[in-house]
Amino acid sequence: MATSVSIRDLSLSFGAVTVLKDLNLDIHDGEFLVLLGSSGCGKSTLLNCIAGLLEPTEGQIYIKDRNVTWEEPKDRGIGMVFQSYALYPQMTVEKNLSFGLQVAKMPKPDIDKRVARASEILQIGPLLKRKPAELSGGQRQRVAIGRALVRDVDVFLFDEPLSNLDAKLRSELRVEIKRLHQQLKNTMIYVTHDQIEALTLADRIAIMKSGVIQQLDDPIVIYNRPRNLFVAGFIGSPSMNFLRGEINEVNGQPVFSTHGVNFSLAGYQTSEPLKAGRKVVLGARPEHIAIDSDVMGGEAHEAVVDIEEPMGADNLLWLKHAGHLMSVRIGGARRYAPGSKVRMAFDMSMASLFDAETEDRI
Amino acid sequence: MANSSTLNTTAAGIDAVSDRVGSGPSGRKPRKVISQRNIILYGLLGVAALYYLVPLYVMIVTSLKGMPEIRMGNIFSPPLEITFEPWAKAWASACTGLNCDGLSRGFWNSVRILVPSVVVSIAVASVSGYALANWRFKGSDVFFSILIVGAFIPYQVMIYPIVILLRELGIYGTLTGLVIVHTIFGMPILTLLFRNYFTSLPEELFKAARIDGAGFWQIFLRIMLPMSLPIFVVAMILQVTGIWNDFLFGVVFTRPDSYPMTVQLNNIVNSVQGVKEYNVNMAATLLTGAVPLIVYFVSGRLFVRGIAAGAVKG
Repeated sequence: MATSVSIRDLSLSFGAVTVLKDLNLDIHDGEFLVLLGSSGCGKSTLLNCIAGLLEPTEGQIYIKDRNVTWEEPKDRGIGMVFQSYALYPQMTVEKNLSFGLQVAKMPKPDIDKRVARASEILQIGPLLKRKPAELSGGQRQRVAIGRALVRDVDVFLFDEPLSNLDAKLRSELRVEIKRLHQQLKNTMIYVTHDQIEALTLADRIAIMKSGVIQQLDDPIVIYNRPRNLFVAGFIGSPSMNFLRGEINEVNGQPVFSTHGVNFSLAGYQTSEPLKAGRKVVLGARPEHIAIDSDVMGGEAHEAVVDIEEPMGADNLLWLKHAGHLMSVRIGGARRYAPGSKVRMAFDMSMASLFDAETEDRI
Repeated sequence: MANSSTLNTTAAGIDAVSDRVGSGPSGRKPRKVISQRNIILYGLLGVAALYYLVPLYVMIVTSLKGMPEIRMGNIFSPPLEITFEPWAKAWASACTGLNCDGLSRGFWNSVRILVPSVVVSIAVASVSGYALANWRFKGSDVFFSILIVGAFIPYQVMIYPIVILLRELGIYGTLTGLVIVHTIFGMPILTLLFRNYFTSLPEELFKAARIDGAGFWQIFLRIMLPMSLPIFVVAMILQVTGIWNDFLFGVVFTRPDSYPMTVQLNNIVNSVQGVKEYNVNMAATLLTGAVPLIVYFVSGRLFVRGIAAGAVKG
């Protein structure tokens, strides 16, 4: 696949503070890439560097195989959508859309054509004569997307575009952005701290922490096979259960031991040998722990229900077992009273083992 | 069965409402108009208002009296016979030094000083404030600090050097020289004002405009300016009142025939020869104070909005 945006050895520091560190990233043509991370991890900074609003200290940025490191934002073939919409308050929607084209001295008939096309795609035709103050949040964000759309750019940059909207609008506009991407097939780079947005929208997710990309992969791979403890803990809600312990051998088979209890590691896929004595962390998502009737043969352990959190479609149980508190997701119809005893087992084929020292996946 | 139960509920509801009205507080709590708090509040406000309004009243009344009436000594009594002669004299024929054409000369001098000083200082300061807020350059913080320190140096220290500077430039004693002095001295506070205002505008707006391809001047003129009317009004009021009320620079940097209004007023009121014409003095003072007063009345609302604009996000 052709590369649309390529970032090579990018570093950025403000004085003594290093925000981005030797960052490399290749984004394919037409790909929807999500930069995910908590606040202050450098994801917005990286986006601003791609846009040309921040100068990197070192490294290069290529867009469509052209080195744009020193180019002005307008010459990079990018459009950007901001969290606060950033619509020009004194201009009508139409003026907002056409401002960039006017600045570029495009002839009036062409501008009108572009504005008409964008407003048709985003269904903002009836709003063209209004001022931003007269629009709702969702409409404003649609206009902001339109402003990137009219400029007919190669790459769309989204900087947390849905964070200012309420939950219902957010999920609506999320679907619209996905549809827009399927329709336009542009490269899109999308910054967010919301993992649901990341998982639903992305072709690939890049999870960042303190200026370094921790894992760059398919959303499903990131969810099921996180590369390190940070990624495992960051993705998933309610978050993954972590059990500290070590690897032992029982009858020649590797087991995970914690607080004197052994869990068989049969079914766990890894290329590394599971050496006895190694200190590890076992990670299991709430839906990858089986209880009672879900337990498929093999060993099962007894646990006590501590708290039950019914959430409609799902029911979240907090189980106490050998000094650990674990969350288990079961169907909403299955109810357990606090204090009741259940049999539980890990689905080892879906679990993750991390080295306790390096925190990397084994 | 279902019907009767609904009826029962409704009846119970009505009962509950009438219970609430009959017994116990409901809705907004009634407040006494004459309370201790209100008496103190409005009493203090009234005293403060009197404190400022009485002198104004005395001035207006006195300026409308003839000299014989003034000599009777009842400064609070309204004029028995209203005369506008003192006003006419103060404006057109009061003598200051050799000139006997009243305050009108000083008024036009002040206007000729005021207009260019206000326009130039605001134009320069708004652009520098915008540059300092949005186009940070190397050393911009140092530059800004130096500018702010400038606001704290007493004017008196700089008068003599500036006299020499203007003399060497050949514009000492001219209105041009005074305009330049006013423009420069307005710079620190105005730049600070504009910088802080532009910093308070959302940064993403500026970024969006850059992505749209607008440059330094396009962003300033087409994006920033239309959003900054309140702060321009604040700057205008500060400069108009400051420059109009200035006495020190006016008396130092101009010659008698180009004295601004304040200097001329001083010369009329403080003349030691002849009879003290209190009515003319009062009229002259009111005339001189009229310009800042009118500016306040016309743009007061915008002034408050501009001052508040920094604190509240729109």
